[in-house]
Amino acid sequence: MTLKNTWWKALGALLLIYVSIAGLIGEVPRLPILNETIRNTYFHVPLWFGMMTLMTVSMVKSFQYLRKGDIDLDHSAFSHAHVALLFGVLGFVSGAVWGNYTWGSPLPIDPKIIAVEVGMLIYSAYFILRGSFEDEQKKARLSAIFNIFAYAAFMPLVWILPRVTESLHPGNGGNPAFGKYDMDNLMKLVFYPAVIGWILIGLWISNLKQRIQKLVYDKQNT
Amino acid sequence: MLLTLLMSLLLQNDVEMADSLRADGKFWVVILVMASVTTGIMIYLFMLDRKVRKLEDKK
Repeated sequence: MTLKNTWWKALGALLLIYVSIAGLIGEVPRLPILNETIRNTYFHVPLWFGMMTLMTVSMVKSFQYLRKGDIDLDHSAFSHAHVALLFGVLGFVSGAVWGNYTWGSPLPIDPKIIAVEVGMLIYSAYFILRGSFEDEQKKARLSAIFNIFAYAAFMPLVWILPRVTESLHPGNGGNPAFGKYDMDNLMKLVFYPAVIGWILIGLWISNLKQRIQKLVYDKQNT
Repeated sequence: MLLTLLMSLLLQNDVEMADSLRADGKFWVVILVMASVTTGIMIYLFMLDRKVRKLEDKK
């Protein structure tokens, strides 16, 4: 293992270990209703940041595949979308638990939640589409096009639509992002490392997935 | 009488316990558990990474 390829993985791992400790013992603002659950900001929100990053990488890889036609780029796009969906499910489940105790319902009628539900269905269709082709190049090309459209549909759904209407999520319905969290500087010392840590770990898991994908592909085509 | 009391007090104080770990309703134990779980998963990822690299090198 060379340092060149490993340092960012180690950094991600260290950041997450730091967050799992500092996220529990650090000082947080005392707010009604939220109480100690404000700490979920460190564990729930970064998953979405990780997911958005992975989807962006996936979309870029699909774009590059269409330009160059290298099957490795298709494997990369698939792996990043795959782990993005995993992060999305984890974010969804953790959000449902959190919402159950603060909003009074695991799945309240909230534009952001509905938007994410629709968005994740769009991404699920990407995997179903991939599964329905025998020919590798045809599969790669069509799913790359779908992936770019999925990204173009998902981002406005999650970022713009909830801001136009009323939403329970902070940063929506005209509120500035994180205004309701009252995140102080001490919280930012944990929150930002958590975001960076989850992005790095997400990229790492996608990287592993992609390499296994390549090994399987090479074995099948030799 | 006074001596025995003093002795027992001294003995009590001498016994070292990981008191900080039991403070705050043993909350620190939870932090240790969370930290070890996270560390364990990270170590597992590193091992997985090494295994994949070995497979890649074999070709």
